[in-house]
Amino acid sequence: MTVLAIVRKELTLYFTSFLFYALAAVFLVLAGYFFYTNLGFFVLMGGMDLPRGLWQFEFLDVQRLLIVLVPLLTMRLFAEERKLGTLELLWTYPVRDGEVIAGKFLGCLMVVTLMIAATAVYPLLVARFYPVVAGPLVAGYLGLWLLAAAFVACGLCVSALTDSQLVAGAATYGVLLFFWVVTWNEAAVNEVTRSLLVPFSLFDRFYLFARGAVDTKDVIYLVLFTVAFLAVTFLALDTRRWRGVR
Amino acid sequence: MPAPMIEVRGLTKTFGPIEAVAGISFRVERGEIVGFLGPNGAGKTTTLRILAGIFPPTTGEVRLAGRDAAREPLACRRLVGYFPEYAPFYPDLRVAGYLRFVARLKRLPRADREPAVAAVLAACGLEGVAERRIGTLSKGYRQRVGLAQALCGDPPILILDEPTIGLDPGQVVEIRDLVRRLEGKRTVFFSSHILSEVEALCERVIVIARGRLVGEGTPLELSARLGSRRRIVLRVDGPADAVAKALAVLPGVERVERGVAGFVLEGARDADAARAAGEAMQRRGWPILELREEAPDLEDVFLRLVGDGERRA
Repeated sequence: MTVLAIVRKELTLYFTSFLFYALAAVFLVLAGYFFYTNLGFFVLMGGMDLPRGLWQFEFLDVQRLLIVLVPLLTMRLFAEERKLGTLELLWTYPVRDGEVIAGKFLGCLMVVTLMIAATAVYPLLVARFYPVVAGPLVAGYLGLWLLAAAFVACGLCVSALTDSQLVAGAATYGVLLFFWVVTWNEAAVNEVTRSLLVPFSLFDRFYLFARGAVDTKDVIYLVLFTVAFLAVTFLALDTRRWRGVR
Repeated sequence: MPAPMIEVRGLTKTFGPIEAVAGISFRVERGEIVGFLGPNGAGKTTTLRILAGIFPPTTGEVRLAGRDAAREPLACRRLVGYFPEYAPFYPDLRVAGYLRFVARLKRLPRADREPAVAAVLAACGLEGVAERRIGTLSKGYRQRVGLAQALCGDPPILILDEPTIGLDPGQVVEIRDLVRRLEGKRTVFFSSHILSEVEALCERVIVIARGRLVGEGTPLELSARLGSRRRIVLRVDGPADAVAKALAVLPGVERVERGVAGFVLEGARDADAARAAGEAMQRRGWPILELREEAPDLEDVFLRLVGDGERRA
């Protein structure tokens, strides 16, 4: 399977790069710190409802960490290969563009999944001295994972448009921030504009997951967001037909 | 007659307003080593990229071993090993690991992959550095890694874009030897602007300038077509002045030059000046130490072809 070959190569490159370990360390230290403060808050306020009082805040914090960290992981996916010239070489093998995109997307998503999965120690820790219900956690992690897939797809797409990792990373922040803040200033626009914008807010989609509920609409939105960016990636790579390889 | 390994008909490629390739046609037969010459910006790399399947031509047809590249792009890419200019590489992958990755992408069956990797490691002299990261290797070794990925899986067609650019003379010889060893087994089509290299490696050259074909054939044919003169080198044990006088009056000899090592005659293309010179020396009893016809200088031919091409464009 050529997709698997590309997944493997991407994983090798991540796991041999210092960047991955630095980002994973930052992620785990910050997620742990957030967990520590959230737990303190929960205990201090005499909370009883774990999903509402603790997990919700932890998931929202991890989500913010992902916005910061995922673009740093995705920026190299195509931009680096373009700069190195290896992308040109990739197109000479009997591999379809879709397979290359799928391999890179899955490889990067696996790395992010690994980082998210490491945060599962917190519920396991809590479960040692307090009854934990699995359902809301599963919903939260599903939401987090779908969100991560959307971020990765977005970063992959932007990375396919440039040969500069820096530009790819910065532009991915731009796109993700836009989808984050699009509904922040709801009062500033009229009713019609707001009703057009609200459905596109990526992050409003996550609140229900964080509270332990799964709405099919949200799942579909996140999946569509991911697929849309993967499709644009495909189109971006196809421009080499008339634009050349650079 | 079997289909030619590479057949290109009416190939054009435009990037926006730029016409990189302006309609070229040629064929390369099985087992041939053909050089692809042209000044920088002539459209060599674009043509090679089209052959390697990186992007399709704007118009025109490419057939590899009889298969239409537009209809069966993946099948055609399987026939080709491509070595891009500057041999790009992943600095953080290890040589053997990288070649395994290439073998998987080339869809070699699982059982064939390890033997294929071992074979190209051996063919390119990379066994000693198989576990080194490519980024830590010298330029010559990296170039060999580039050649190894092209050779991996034994593709019948090799397309090499400036395989010796940026190497030191020793490394150039190594890469040339590698290519020469492929003669007869593979069809090799390679671009270069180093003329001595093309002369050393291929029996046939294709010359383009400004995206157009300006010449095709053996170096000898090309020079003949351009009406170049024949050059004959003669070393003889006799009184120099008398020899020069005797040579100058021979039929077919247009010019006599007296060099350090002997005489150089320039003769008309259709006259056999070498024979006439030999007989003349013998008649006078001057022993001939050396008499040979010099191969036409490809550099001259190239410059004239390219000059014509640019004037026409």
